[in-house]
Amino acid sequence: MNPLQVRQLVIDIPGRASGQALDFTVEPGQIWGVLGPNGAGKTTLLHTLAGLRAPRSGDILLGAESLAGLKRRTVSRQLGLVFQDRQDGFPATVMETALIGRHPWLSPWQMEGGEDLAMAEKALAVMDVSHLADRLVNTLSGGERQRVAIATVLTQNPGTWLLDEPTNHLDLHHQVAVMNLLKQQASEGRAVFMCLHDLNLAARWCDHLLLLYPSGDACWGPAGRMLVPSALESLYGQRLITTELDGAPVFVPVRS
Amino acid sequence: MPLSRSLTLPLLTLALVGLLAMVLSVGVGSVALSPVQVGAALLGEGSNLHQTLVLELRLPRTLAAFATGGLLAVAGALMQVLLRNPLADPYVLGLSGGAAVGALLAMLAGLGGVIVSGSAFAGALLATLMVFGLAHGTGSWTPSRLLLTGVVVAAGWGAVITLILAISPTQRLPGMLYWLMGDVSYARTPWPALILLVLACLLVLPLGRSLNVLARGPMQAAALGVSVRPLEWLIYVLASLLTAAAVTTAGSIGFVGLVVPHMLRLMLGNDQRLILPACALAGGTLLVLADTLARVVIAPEQLPVGVITALLGVPTFLYLLYRSR
Repeated sequence: MNPLQVRQLVIDIPGRASGQALDFTVEPGQIWGVLGPNGAGKTTLLHTLAGLRAPRSGDILLGAESLAGLKRRTVSRQLGLVFQDRQDGFPATVMETALIGRHPWLSPWQMEGGEDLAMAEKALAVMDVSHLADRLVNTLSGGERQRVAIATVLTQNPGTWLLDEPTNHLDLHHQVAVMNLLKQQASEGRAVFMCLHDLNLAARWCDHLLLLYPSGDACWGPAGRMLVPSALESLYGQRLITTELDGAPVFVPVRS
Repeated sequence: MPLSRSLTLPLLTLALVGLLAMVLSVGVGSVALSPVQVGAALLGEGSNLHQTLVLELRLPRTLAAFATGGLLAVAGALMQVLLRNPLADPYVLGLSGGAAVGALLAMLAGLGGVIVSGSAFAGALLATLMVFGLAHGTGSWTPSRLLLTGVVVAAGWGAVITLILAISPTQRLPGMLYWLMGDVSYARTPWPALILLVLACLLVLPLGRSLNVLARGPMQAAALGVSVRPLEWLIYVLASLLTAAAVTTAGSIGFVGLVVPHMLRLMLGNDQRLILPACALAGGTLLVLADTLARVVIAPEQLPVGVITALLGVPTFLYLLYRSR
């Protein structure tokens, strides 16, 4: 896969000073977590990296080529995006929803074949939603929908995963299952870049972290260096108690 | 399952039903013809009267009805995907209003035939450009903005139509009202509409899967490799053109564009690769049947076909809405 390279990037948030330009590379095998308070621009950053929004300045490279110059179809074979919220205007079944992940891989005249179907079925099984295959997506619970959305990107099979709050709506077990799936994807040579609200999930599963401040400032680096309690306290404006459990740091907000 | 064999059966069934409806439509009338007699006339056999009746009077009208219904249903299905709103129909963006003003102005001036049609076509395109230009404004357009602009502009057209009706001489009113309700007897030749319908179907078939993805929202579509803006433009222009052609052929016929895609979605799911050609066939069939009814209900007088489609369409739609969650 092609590494996703971010060069002097300033995301475009109306009315906000440019702050610090982002400059990093998401290499195959890495799991990046983006942390920041509400409104810091995590979703905007993710959409910009996916090429869905133009940056204010700077460049994003997929391998050697600029994202802006690539066809959407080419981009979507390499980048998969799990959105934070989904709009479903028309009813569609879970199976149909997973199958649209094959869209970038099929020519206009091509119908989904047995292989595509098999990929979708496998993705549904991995996400533990096979039993819902014929259900309409708009009748599912929030957590089930989230798993279907991840199954769609699994079917899409991109080299780089971009995820906006992938553990949203998920129960504890499925949160862990999703993080383990992403870890497995990374170990197979793909890259993962996700926004997270849960510090502790980030501390346990991410090897790189990007802290995004509402002012537009940012810092990034290997997780071990970024998980400094004082930096996280100023990021969220919240005092934290830090301890270590199961080999990973654990952060608990101070009451009051 | 969206596999090719699951497309064939529904489409073949719809095509067969459409064919039967056409045979029925050609056979029914002041001189009733059996399917065998219809077939004979089509093959150039049978009596001269039958041949004239079938080839010059009834068949062109039946084909025009089929093409108009197909165009409206396909345009409706496209608009619904474009606006991601199941209530969108070909007229919601003020197209029929513009076309009606064009046609009525021509009628008011005492003109007829080709000029009324041409004027309707010009009015429809003017309405399209107006809505799109206004909705575009200084920023980018969104479905809700496009929809609102269309609804408001349509209200404006409505006022102009009322004004024209109010100042028109009494003897011109029946023609105008028939045009407003839609009437296939205005169709002079079915061929432009039919050819456009076939071309449109061929054009949208390879776009079907992209439209399926677009129905999930523009961001999701872009993330899955769809060039959203060009595709939306194409659908908008195409749907407008199809509607303009339909309105030009047979006046403004309501509800086909709204009801047919809905019924098909309830029965066949929402794969555009199936829904769009199915709309062409089912919309055509519906209008052929409605036109047949319009010709026989109070024979020898004829009803405007729009009355029939609205009388069938309103309860059908309410039923579908009531049944859905």
